[in-house]
Amino acid sequence: MFTYTLRRLLFAIPTLLIISFVIFALLDLAPNDPTGDLPLTIPPEVREQIRASLGLDQPFFLRYLYWLQQFFINEPLNILERLTGWQFGDGTRMRVLSWATRSPVVDLIVQRLPQTLWVVGLAYLFGILIAIPIGVISAYRQYSIFDQIGTFISMVGYSVPTFFTGVLLIVIFSSWLQWFPSVYDTNLQVTDMSSFFAQMRQMVLPVSVLSLYNASQIARFVRASMLDNLHQDYVRTARAKGVKEKSVLLVHVLRNSLIPVVTVIALGVPTIFSGAIITEQIFRVNGLGQLLIVAIQGADIPLVQTLTFIFAVLIVLFNLIADVLYGILDPRIRYD
Amino acid sequence: MKKLKLLLVGTAAALAFAGSAAHAQKGTDGDLKILFWQAVSTMNPYLSGGTKEVYASSMVIEPLARYDEKGELVPMLVTEIPTIENGGVAKDLLSMTWKLKPDLKWADGTAFTADDAIFTWQYCKAPDGGCAQAAYYEGVKSVEAPDPHTVKITFTEPKPYPYSAFVGAQSPIIQKKQFEKCVGAAAPGCTSANFGPIGTGPFMVKEFKPNDVITFTANPNYRDPAKPAFATVTLKGGGDAASAARAVLETGEYDYAWNMQVEPEVLATMLKAGKGKLETAFGTQVERINLNHFNPDPKLGDKRATKEGGPHPALSDPAVRRALTLAIDRDIIVEAGYGAAGKATCNIVPAPANVASTKNDSWCLKQDIAAANKLLDDAGWKKGSDGIRAKDGAKLSFLYQTSTNSVRQATQELVKDMWSQIGVATELRNISASVYFGGDPASPDTFQKFYADIEMLTNNFDGTDPEKYLAGWLCDKIPTPANGWQGENETRYCNPAYDKKVAELSKTADPAKRETLSKELNDMLTEEGALIPLVHRGSVSSHSLALEGVRMNGWDSELWNVADWSRKK
Repeated sequence: MFTYTLRRLLFAIPTLLIISFVIFALLDLAPNDPTGDLPLTIPPEVREQIRASLGLDQPFFLRYLYWLQQFFINEPLNILERLTGWQFGDGTRMRVLSWATRSPVVDLIVQRLPQTLWVVGLAYLFGILIAIPIGVISAYRQYSIFDQIGTFISMVGYSVPTFFTGVLLIVIFSSWLQWFPSVYDTNLQVTDMSSFFAQMRQMVLPVSVLSLYNASQIARFVRASMLDNLHQDYVRTARAKGVKEKSVLLVHVLRNSLIPVVTVIALGVPTIFSGAIITEQIFRVNGLGQLLIVAIQGADIPLVQTLTFIFAVLIVLFNLIADVLYGILDPRIRYD
Repeated sequence: MKKLKLLLVGTAAALAFAGSAAHAQKGTDGDLKILFWQAVSTMNPYLSGGTKEVYASSMVIEPLARYDEKGELVPMLVTEIPTIENGGVAKDLLSMTWKLKPDLKWADGTAFTADDAIFTWQYCKAPDGGCAQAAYYEGVKSVEAPDPHTVKITFTEPKPYPYSAFVGAQSPIIQKKQFEKCVGAAAPGCTSANFGPIGTGPFMVKEFKPNDVITFTANPNYRDPAKPAFATVTLKGGGDAASAARAVLETGEYDYAWNMQVEPEVLATMLKAGKGKLETAFGTQVERINLNHFNPDPKLGDKRATKEGGPHPALSDPAVRRALTLAIDRDIIVEAGYGAAGKATCNIVPAPANVASTKNDSWCLKQDIAAANKLLDDAGWKKGSDGIRAKDGAKLSFLYQTSTNSVRQATQELVKDMWSQIGVATELRNISASVYFGGDPASPDTFQKFYADIEMLTNNFDGTDPEKYLAGWLCDKIPTPANGWQGENETRYCNPAYDKKVAELSKTADPAKRETLSKELNDMLTEEGALIPLVHRGSVSSHSLALEGVRMNGWDSELWNVADWSRKK
């Protein structure tokens, strides 16, 4: 298992380099321009100067090498400096700078990460917690009323896009009932009970929207996987031996059914980091998804490049984790 | 309903008095919550140029003088506006002198001097800095300080309209002490200065979260000790226009929201909640249709839409251009897409009032299908079996492009229908705004390259003087491969008589004569069908009924008088 993991990790390096080049090339080929959003009253020669000050007048390949150097050498050194207090060289390194804000991209990401983890991460956790019992009961009582309703809701939750459920919840709970705020206050600091409740209140709507979506997806998986196992021979054997129905279901069937579900859950973790782009935008949660969409709209290429690349790293990494987990959970699978 | 009306009347009356009546004490009105649906990226307008950045920074850093809501200059950091009469502007129009108010202080308590103005000019003209507002300092030869309270600007050539450098929200003064080490290529590296500039305005930045939210606190050293009434300001960004409108008009979570680009009927429903109202300000924005005077035929290859490619087979005929203008019903376009945020117009310079012409309103503002049809018949454009007019092998069938935007697509549909009534066929196309306005010379889809017969966009000019704007339709401003497709004359209009009049305007200093010349130039463009002005666009913002003192401004930052805003008790 260890050599397998090591081999996969080494293999990931060329994969990621190719990915980074493809992203860079795609962004460069896209006919977007960072001055495209500026008022037309800014004359063309000034736009040309702005582009030059962003380094856009340099050849494509040189810009890619600069980015590689900034991202793989300068930024890690910078993080190391900050963590340890040591200084490497004179400490003035060119960092990856966002074109719109002219500030280091990594600082922006660090600033945004907590909100995304809180809102999207929590929604993912809730989604899993809701999905597993629904999936189990639906499968155990297949075609019962509970199953019909559960399948219907997960079908709806899976098919209705979040930009619809999000706005719907705002109209009902913010505009009509006025229970929850429609705008996420990112300046809120949790210091006491009342600010904690305020934080909870503003998280209710975005978390519910995302939980519904996540739960629907996972519940369908749990149900299908449970159904597969319920009709296996070992279940009949267990029952014939007089094992209690509760332990048949929760010990034998559930454990076996969760193996593919764990893989699906692990593969879904990178989406937590990439944020729920649409939901964050609707509720104005200043997470990574919102950062990405603003950067794309404003043709802020260094920011888009860096964010997309980090997502690519996470996806490669969690694919590996899912594979390794699979091996650990299922003794029948051996990689070496 | 009656109650609501009474309430509105009451608010209007209260607003009218707010300026002069006894004002609330400094910092007694709590937190002012502002919502911009496009989040602010930086607080340094010299590094961004975007409207949202200019507006947000206008609460902190100030120019020497601003435009008020009528488009008139008001002194901010100076004692008076320099003119030839008061001796502030030299008779030869080669220099001007601003007198700073005495005892001005930056928010950090240090003295504000003429040196800061000199530095601001140096900052913006530094090479490799990519200063987005460089146009404001164009033609400035030097900025000097004869004494610490006097700023003298010398121009390279006589400037009949000298109010540009240090005037308006786009060219505020930044502090020398703070930005001294951030000149030229070093500018982007000064993140903390760019995110929290020290200013002279009513508020100062407390915390800046890029592309998200800014918190401000009242400036303790503000020149009027009784202002601002609000202790803090929260400026939240992101989302979309409709939900921003909802947060002010329906849920009441925010006091003020900027740029309500929302369908008129949606806004009307939200207004019924009775929590807020809309404010509209008209600047100089005009949505217009450009008619390509050159041939954009793809068969021409590199010569497409250039002089070498020859004149447009149909649109070079003045009768066709006039007929296209006559066939448009601007009122329907305004009603469907703009509501309170638009007025039908036939002028490319629609404001300020003293330069807005009314000469062509009589024939152009009213749709006249019959006259348009007759004009085309007389000019020999005959309808074919498909109902489309043609003459000598040229068909009145046009490609009509614009940027992707629901209002623009709706307008395209309406215009297509109106033109079909005079036997003109149109193929509609929309292009992503960041490409269309991106100006990339390699892209075939920019509005400057104009590889289409007809295109639609909005443009405007900053400030109140249209000279530079009108100079955009000079023959040598036509975008060509030689100038990298840069140039304001996208419609490719070229008339020596027009060029001569623009040259005359640039030498005229007398305000009355300048107004007449500007109007004549504007009329020439409309009469000759260089382009078709459609809608004079205003900006619409919404604010809570409890917010007082808002004087919506189309000439400067909307937040220009935020120091005077207060909350109704």
